[in-house]
Amino acid sequence: MKTLTANRLTDGRVIYRTADGQWTTQLDEAQRLSPEEAAELLPVAEAEFGIAVGPYIIDLDEAGPAGQKWRRESIRLAGPTTGTTHVLGAA
Amino acid sequence: MYHYDEHDTTLVRERIEEFRDQIERRMDGRLSEAEFKPLRLMNGVYLQLHAYMLRVAIPYGSLRSEQMRVLAHLARTYDRGYGHFTTRQNIQYNWPALTDIPAMLEDLAAVEMHAIQTSGNCIRNVTADPFAGAARDELEDSRPWAEIIRQWSSLHPEFTFLPRKFKIAVNGAGEDRAGIRVHDIGLQIVQNAQGQVGFEVWVGGGQGRTPRLARKLKDFLEPQDLLSYLTAALRVYNAHGRRDNLYKARIKILVDALGIDGYAAEVAEEWSYIRDGELKLPAGEIARIRSFFSRPSISDPAPLPEAGPAAFRAWLDTNIRPHQIDGLSSAVISLKPIGGTPGDATAEQMDLIADMTERYGFGEVRVTPDQNLVLPHVRHEDLFPVWSALREAGLATANAGLASDIVACPGLDYCNLANARSIPVAQAISETLDAEGLAQAAGEVTIKISGCINACGHHHVAHIGVLGVDKRGEEFYQINLGGAFGEDAAIGEIVGKGLAADDVPPAIARILRAYLDFRDEDERFIDTLRRLGSDAFKEAIYADLAA
Repeated sequence: MKTLTANRLTDGRVIYRTADGQWTTQLDEAQRLSPEEAAELLPVAEAEFGIAVGPYIIDLDEAGPAGQKWRRESIRLAGPTTGTTHVLGAA
Repeated sequence: MYHYDEHDTTLVRERIEEFRDQIERRMDGRLSEAEFKPLRLMNGVYLQLHAYMLRVAIPYGSLRSEQMRVLAHLARTYDRGYGHFTTRQNIQYNWPALTDIPAMLEDLAAVEMHAIQTSGNCIRNVTADPFAGAARDELEDSRPWAEIIRQWSSLHPEFTFLPRKFKIAVNGAGEDRAGIRVHDIGLQIVQNAQGQVGFEVWVGGGQGRTPRLARKLKDFLEPQDLLSYLTAALRVYNAHGRRDNLYKARIKILVDALGIDGYAAEVAEEWSYIRDGELKLPAGEIARIRSFFSRPSISDPAPLPEAGPAAFRAWLDTNIRPHQIDGLSSAVISLKPIGGTPGDATAEQMDLIADMTERYGFGEVRVTPDQNLVLPHVRHEDLFPVWSALREAGLATANAGLASDIVACPGLDYCNLANARSIPVAQAISETLDAEGLAQAAGEVTIKISGCINACGHHHVAHIGVLGVDKRGEEFYQINLGGAFGEDAAIGEIVGKGLAADDVPPAIARILRAYLDFRDEDERFIDTLRRLGSDAFKEAIYADLAA
């Protein structure tokens, strides 16, 4: 399962693309896409002028960000882990 | 401290208006991101994982108290209440909105600061010894020379689109606290056999994926020739540096390709055309710039305090540096509280430091390449009130130069380029070492952590370097041993396979315990390491991991 993510133009915050072509800060509102659908939608999002800067495809599973970039995307979703200690094993 | 003249003021004001217009055009779609990105980078604005990041230049790491107050104001008003001091003596704000950045730049301009050339392929903020003008081992104050270079390199039209970024450092003391051998050009102030003071010029140092120590380019450069010689050195790089491969574009690769003698010959030829031209520095101009950097004077110098609480005496032992004026010392303000984020300071802490600077510090504060701050001039009788106030604000950790004084890049918690986290690893290491009293026991040890091979955390030149890597979605950390930053600069060696994040703090604790076992009396960690070699510590690193 995939979705599209980007940073918001005005403030750089992490955003995800919704089914109606809008962008949201909430991952659970993001459109879930097949790999083919994501690949088809990415150039559309890239070509739009709007609030999304640098859209790209990420992997998801039921729990959230997945795949090789799961940690990076988990940190993008939840924020820096620097306020906690002794949690090195998890993002 | 230097004050802007009309040229500086005009240049900064015009740039703010230009960038404000560029942001407006980006917001309404007249500029695409591809068009806008190089423009924002020229103004110190990056787009990181969660937000924009604004990097503000602190020339040669030197701040006046009112400048520190504005840095606090920016943190409080436009960010999340803190700022992050960097290894290049700058400050970064991690959360500003793009639309707020013109206002931030206006506030900075009001106190003669800006964010110009904190990114991009240009000459970056010039760095210098953070104890310049104060250190007892100093031959000459490096700040006037850094200021002369700053003025020459600011918006220099010929050097705005170099093959890659270019970093210059100046050091005027016996101990190299500016890291001249890990800069593109390093200038060491020296005295020749005739007693003249000038510069030893080093070139082609740098870290990243191809770490190199700088090679000596010139034994002695007369001061009035500084700018013509730098121009020649930059001109050769600009002409011959590679632009076809991002990873081979730094001057260190050009010096590798030409050899130091080949590069030096090219520079000498170029210099012969311009040496006696308009770039020769007039003695009057050198004197004018020097006049901004006067030393404080005091009467009735007091000795260093010997009494006081144990925590105060411990702070004196680790955080005080000798001054060239009797009755004064320099005080390191550690931004490395145990378990804290290296280099971070809250707005309230920055305001407090501004207060300390005004009351006790002759109006000056410095940023160090170790991500700490320094009050360069403190009367001995003021050390106790300074320590007391710092302690109340969580700024009196007695660990300057110890293993818990860890340098760390922002890593994967903030940075778009990082592969692994740095800050939580630093936090866990400092807590582990503190719990066992190992940092105090081991004495002078540097630990530096980078979250990717770009090496912003300077792991290559740490006694114990830690490099975060990503292996199929998991963080691993390579340990490097034997690096050094200063006059004995060295690139550390990777020791064995990478460790899981949780294994790094205990492994470092085992390295330090092994050192305490191996050392001869009073032998520093780096000297024991050099005497025995890194293999002697390998067993300690990997002990307990097999089980």
